[in-house]
Amino acid sequence: MLDFFIKNRGQIASLTLEHLWLVGIAIGIAVLVGVPLGIVVSRNQWLRKSVLGGTNVLQTIPSLALFGFLLPAPWLGARADRLAIVALVLYALLPIVRNTYTGIAAIDPAVKEAAIGMGMTDSELLMQVELPLSASFMLAGVRIATVTAVGVATIAAAVGAGGLGELIFRGVAMVNNQLILAGAIPAALLAIVADVVLGAIENRLRVPRK
Amino acid sequence: MSNTDESSKSSPVIEFREVGYRIANQILLKDISFSAFAGETLVLLGRSGAGKTTALKLINRLLTPTHGEVDVNGRSTTSWNPILLRRSIGWVIQESGLFPHYSVEGNIAVVPKLERWPQDRVNARISELMHIVGLESNLRGRYPHQLSGGQRQRVGVARALAADPVILLMDEPFGALDPITRADLQREFLALQRRLRKTVVIVTHDLREALLLGTRIALFDSGKLAGVFTAQEFANSQDARVREYVTPFREAALPI
Ligand SMILES: Nc1ncnc2c1ncn2[C@@H]1O[C@H](COP(=O)(O)OP(=O)(O)OP(=O)(O)O)[C@@H](O)[C@H]1O
Ligand SMILES: [Mg+2]
Repeated sequence: MLDFFIKNRGQIASLTLEHLWLVGIAIGIAVLVGVPLGIVVSRNQWLRKSVLGGTNVLQTIPSLALFGFLLPAPWLGARADRLAIVALVLYALLPIVRNTYTGIAAIDPAVKEAAIGMGMTDSELLMQVELPLSASFMLAGVRIATVTAVGVATIAAAVGAGGLGELIFRGVAMVNNQLILAGAIPAALLAIVADVVLGAIENRLRVPRK
Repeated sequence: MSNTDESSKSSPVIEFREVGYRIANQILLKDISFSAFAGETLVLLGRSGAGKTTALKLINRLLTPTHGEVDVNGRSTTSWNPILLRRSIGWVIQESGLFPHYSVEGNIAVVPKLERWPQDRVNARISELMHIVGLESNLRGRYPHQLSGGQRQRVGVARALAADPVILLMDEPFGALDPITRADLQREFLALQRRLRKTVVIVTHDLREALLLGTRIALFDSGKLAGVFTAQEFANSQDARVREYVTPFREAALPI
């Protein structure tokens, strides 16, 4: 087994990097979209229902099916990595949007009222009170989204987007456990590392809320 | 004494004009009219749920009247820019309402920073205020959850005074304190107010506190104003709603 890893280390390393790249880009986009979306729904009750409901539905679509659905789309179907990233972003949105919203909604209303009563504008309230007080919640969402994305990204190989899933799919097809493990072990390690690193950042962002 | 001349009396700093406030079909305040003049400490007294906090929030436009108007410096709160209005009014909040993620100095500095004071001026002001409200300077970096109730209230007062507002609104500032700390803070408040001469509106349900701190007392009773009295008038009033307050107070004082 170890021999197999050492012999194929070049390929395993490059697929791991590819995997990391898919997940990294997808989470980056999901944060850029999801955090503002979470802020918007914390201020607009009507949008809240549709956005949280919509992201919830996305999450319930089995990942293989989601990749399949996106395949015929014109711009997406053209490149497998593009398609994979979009699918991963759609999956990552729910935890990020929901945690951003929950973090803001869970702030003691008296604290918000104090901020408004002292003359903060809406953006000052957001930057000085709501974001700092909910930062650790948001990061928890990013952490959940990332760990999930590392797993879901193994499916991306099914549409030819590469990543560690390639070894797993090949291993399944060839009934070769070594190949499967060569994909699965690095993927599991990636997920654990992401969990630990993001968990540490989450702790650093934690502030007293009461 | 210079503050009691007729010219300052004639133009109230805060004026409620037939103010009503309702949510859906629940009436929280009805037909409230009274004024607060420069340099005075007006007490809003009343039982829990009488509408005192609601009245206070109408002054800094956290709420707007559904009937009548509240004037601050002669202008209806609805015609003020709400941000400017609020920054010119200090607010000490029931249960202190400090920002949990800011240290003592961070809390005191909030409004000066919103007003973009230079950092050295902010720092000097923090030191000055901590001294004024009796906070040891070694508490500067502490967070609210690391303070005692009394210390938190002092920070709340310092924060409200930070940008030197003309008006100070205080919602049961000494509510949740033991009697001795409470008496300390009341005494310090009186000394402070003798110096600063702010226009203060202070909410309490404690008659003793009202008589001690207030130049006048506005008595609230289930969303209505029972009247505005000096301490003397309050003690002698035959109004049933006033007697309700004074009688138990007298009885409690007897055995001593
Ligand atoms: N947002 C609201 N919706 C409905 N009712 C409210 C709302 N805010 C306050 N009330 C009600 O209005 C009444 C007056 O409330 P208010 O907070 O002004 O009382 P208060 O005199 O400050 O009482 P306390 O001494 O307990 O602080 C209460 O009966 C309260 O339940
Ligand atoms: Mg109240």
